[in-house]
Amino acid sequence: MSHTATTSHETGGKNPGAHPIVGHLVPTWLLVFVGTALLMLTAITVAVRYIDIGEFNIVVALGVALVKAILVCLFFMHLRWDRSFNTLVFIVSVVLVLLMMAFLIMDTRQYYDSQFDGNAPNVESTLQANAPGAPVARFKPYSP
Amino acid sequence: MTTINISQPLDTAARPDNYITHTRGFMSWALTLDHKRIGVMYLVSVLSSFFVGGVFAMLVRTELLTPGQTIPGVTADVYNHFFTLHGAIMVFLVIIPSIPAALGNFVMPIMLGAKDVAFPRLNLFSYYLWIFGALFTVSSLLLGGFDTGWTFYTPYSTTTPAGGVIPALTGVFILGFSSIFTGLNFIVTVHKLRPPGMTWFRMPLFLWAIYATAIIQVLATPVLGITLLLLIVERAFNIGIFDPSMGGDPVLFQHFFWFYSHPAVYIMILPAMGIISELISVHAHRHIFGYRFIALSSIAIAIFSFLVWGHHMFISGQSPLLNTLFSLISFSVAIPSAVKVFNWMSTLYKGNIVLNTPMLYALAFLVLFTIGGLTGIHLATLNTDVHLHDTYFVVAHFHYVMMGSALIGMIGGLHHWWPKITGRMYNENLGRIGCIIVFIGFNVTFFTQFFLGSQGMPRRYYDYQPEYQIYHVISTIGSYIMASGFFLTAYYLLASLFGGARAPANPWGGRSLEWQCASPPPFDNFATQPRVGDCYDFSAIRWDDKEQGYVVDPALDPTTNPRLAAKNSH
Amino acid sequence: MTTLQSQPNHAADAHGTDGAHDGAHGSAEHAKYPFLQHHFDTPYHQFDSAKLGMWLFLATEVLFFGGLFVAYAVLRNRFPEVFSYSSHYLDTIMGGINTCVLILSSLTMALAVRFAQTNRRTGLIICLILTFMGAVGFMVIKYFEYSHKIHDNLVWGTTFYVPPHDAIGEAETKELSVAPTTSITLNPVNPAVFAVPTLAPIPAVDASAIKQASRAPVGLATPTQMAHAEGLPTGEHDPSFAHPATHLVDKKMPANSHLFFAIYYAMTGLHGVHVLAGMVVIGWLLKRAIRGDFSSDYFTPVDVGGLYWHIVDLIWIFLFPLFYLIH
Repeated sequence: MSHTATTSHETGGKNPGAHPIVGHLVPTWLLVFVGTALLMLTAITVAVRYIDIGEFNIVVALGVALVKAILVCLFFMHLRWDRSFNTLVFIVSVVLVLLMMAFLIMDTRQYYDSQFDGNAPNVESTLQANAPGAPVARFKPYSP
Repeated sequence: MTTINISQPLDTAARPDNYITHTRGFMSWALTLDHKRIGVMYLVSVLSSFFVGGVFAMLVRTELLTPGQTIPGVTADVYNHFFTLHGAIMVFLVIIPSIPAALGNFVMPIMLGAKDVAFPRLNLFSYYLWIFGALFTVSSLLLGGFDTGWTFYTPYSTTTPAGGVIPALTGVFILGFSSIFTGLNFIVTVHKLRPPGMTWFRMPLFLWAIYATAIIQVLATPVLGITLLLLIVERAFNIGIFDPSMGGDPVLFQHFFWFYSHPAVYIMILPAMGIISELISVHAHRHIFGYRFIALSSIAIAIFSFLVWGHHMFISGQSPLLNTLFSLISFSVAIPSAVKVFNWMSTLYKGNIVLNTPMLYALAFLVLFTIGGLTGIHLATLNTDVHLHDTYFVVAHFHYVMMGSALIGMIGGLHHWWPKITGRMYNENLGRIGCIIVFIGFNVTFFTQFFLGSQGMPRRYYDYQPEYQIYHVISTIGSYIMASGFFLTAYYLLASLFGGARAPANPWGGRSLEWQCASPPPFDNFATQPRVGDCYDFSAIRWDDKEQGYVVDPALDPTTNPRLAAKNSH
Repeated sequence: MTTLQSQPNHAADAHGTDGAHDGAHGSAEHAKYPFLQHHFDTPYHQFDSAKLGMWLFLATEVLFFGGLFVAYAVLRNRFPEVFSYSSHYLDTIMGGINTCVLILSSLTMALAVRFAQTNRRTGLIICLILTFMGAVGFMVIKYFEYSHKIHDNLVWGTTFYVPPHDAIGEAETKELSVAPTTSITLNPVNPAVFAVPTLAPIPAVDASAIKQASRAPVGLATPTQMAHAEGLPTGEHDPSFAHPATHLVDKKMPANSHLFFAIYYAMTGLHGVHVLAGMVVIGWLLKRAIRGDFSSDYFTPVDVGGLYWHIVDLIWIFLFPLFYLIH
């Protein structure tokens, strides 16, 4: 059953009665390997910072960060062997942050020019364009 | 079917040793890890805050009796402090913790047949966080007050000279963490402490509602935390993130705030919906109609709640694209809400309805929630909202939902579980009268405000044109009627503690597990693991004269009578 | 038809995927394990619940920082020139070292969990001490970074434009103690450049080439700022004099550069608070480890404390490229 997923494969597997709880026992070599990989990825991402590859700088930086984060989650935080519901909880929280980020960037990109120069958002130009006999705009019409 | 067969009957006789008398002394309460005592402490604290918030409400309504100054000494500035404190106390100190932390804490583990919530120490810690948060919030009164409205909109909140803004923000920040830890605790409890046989779709609907609420508490409240933290930093150090004169963006604050505070509306209403499911089914003695739909609509509301925050910001300068999107998604919230209302109506149909106090509150909820919900559709409509935004129409709408639904649901639940919590019965006739007075007072107060708002009276204003006065007078009179109803309720509930009849284990004929342990419950809830069946199957429940309450008749119970089980399965 | 009484005593089978407790385990388990709380059936049940609780808490942490990440994204989207210019004031080497320190302390924490699971108390104590040292090291490096910034008046809010000691003339001539870092320019067309990197002049990003925020928020500005924008004489010692002034030391800074430092201090500061909290947690674990509380039967606190420490690391993993690695 699902309990096998959380039983140690080293001690618990051989002797199931001895340790009634034991979460997953990650082998030392794997932990050290992941730690080394993380350090190397850090070195790579720092090196890339000094190279101008335009738009890809941020892509590489965040991509490497994502890989590092996944490594930490899967191995250091035992998610690879943990209940999938715990992973779900974590992913949902990340998704919510990304959702909020997407909505807000979408929004601010559209309105933030209107916060400068005392412009009301498009009101005057809309009135001028769409309503015959609308009052003539007293202010400079907004133009992006 | 998974059950535990227990031969001995459950011990439901009231015993001298219950959770109230188990240990004695102040410290045995202050340091208790028992979820029932923590629930009771929350209940007392929340109801006291409700009183304080209510006093501010009365002051606000009285001040609005006439244009200009009505109460001597209450200037426009003082008035601003009044409505702000009314809002902040009612939202953060009363409604948000009322059902989950007070009633939920008491009832939920018993409903699960568990001995306690998953993390009892964390539970006590949340309670003390609540206390500290409340102290900070109320202490802002002494430190210069705060007049920002409960929404703390920038740039006003960062520039107002009122000295209590930072303490109030700190208080709400702490209250947020209290709420997070309660929600976290409840999610783990529901996941890990369900008894054998109680699958997800056998949980009482109140638990589904509490679970959905807890999801929102855990996932939305941190955003409020960081928003308030940023606001504190902005006010203290002027870092400029929300300040337009420094390149910041005040609309960003509104986005952050409503990303929490819209889901928070569902933190308030969802548990009340759970209570109503219980009340209607138990007091109509009829199996709940459409169990799965009610259960899943709670989860649907929880999910939708994260996608509609922008409908509070239609005229804030938010982009047309998002306005349209949010308007559209907001309409869809009507679907799961209506699913619930229709199912409750169907449950009542041909039910054996007993018009006692909890049932009256449940019926009041149905009326008020329908009005509140339908006017919400007006406000979710983009072009209508441009006219109605920040008028008394909005005030009336959210009072129908937050007070008329969430608080009325809470008070209904309080009456429903009062015999279980205190072991005493209250005066049923006074209860009915109290409910009717509150219902009438509520509608007189707030239905009037729909007219007021649609005619253009802005919310939060101190002064107004004379033609609005008649509505304000009616509304204020309604609020006095409502207050008298609450005072009556407080009177007979307190009186029942001293002179009330002893409550039987199951006074209403409920089937869920909390009615299968004594009233008040013993210290560790159940001596033996209780039997879990269909918690809305009332066929085996009958009145017992000796008990003066309902009992489960084993001969009528399909879980103990195999012949019935065979018959029912067809 | 399953009756739980027919399944005697092992927790493993009764815990299905939904993890509900089985209730069939009684006082025997509680007598055997003193740490087992009365409402849990087995040690595994308790451990499993604690893990779910911790993961939910980590989700709240993600959302807590998430708000700041969203603020960062909005600001960077709005003022890309501010971020690419100001980023060069951060010390990539120090940030990189800090990243490595945190990764190593995360590694020792993961090892600590393993030592606890395998009953090796000495290893557990050593690993916890190393983790604690990592946290201390991180804070020390952070302290030096912050003090350099503050020394150069690279601070938050309006103070960004106000001289620290009310000495305008002096500050203008002051040399930067931390120069913006150099950069290698790579021309992708010509691989030879990659082999012989040329050092770009300081500062790495030519300020004049960066698109300046052309519009100042005149409509919402204070009278002083409006006067300044219109070229009228202003009271330059007025603390509300904030915009569109430039930083006192580096006149080439794009407008609104203070926002970069505001969000920098907000995010790294909150992260620093979490590191401090982590030090408290690790210290508490260390105390209990020395007392000998943990064994292969009971290591839940080490495990959930470790999860907390990893999330602190995880957040830094994203903060580092977002602040230090902007080209």
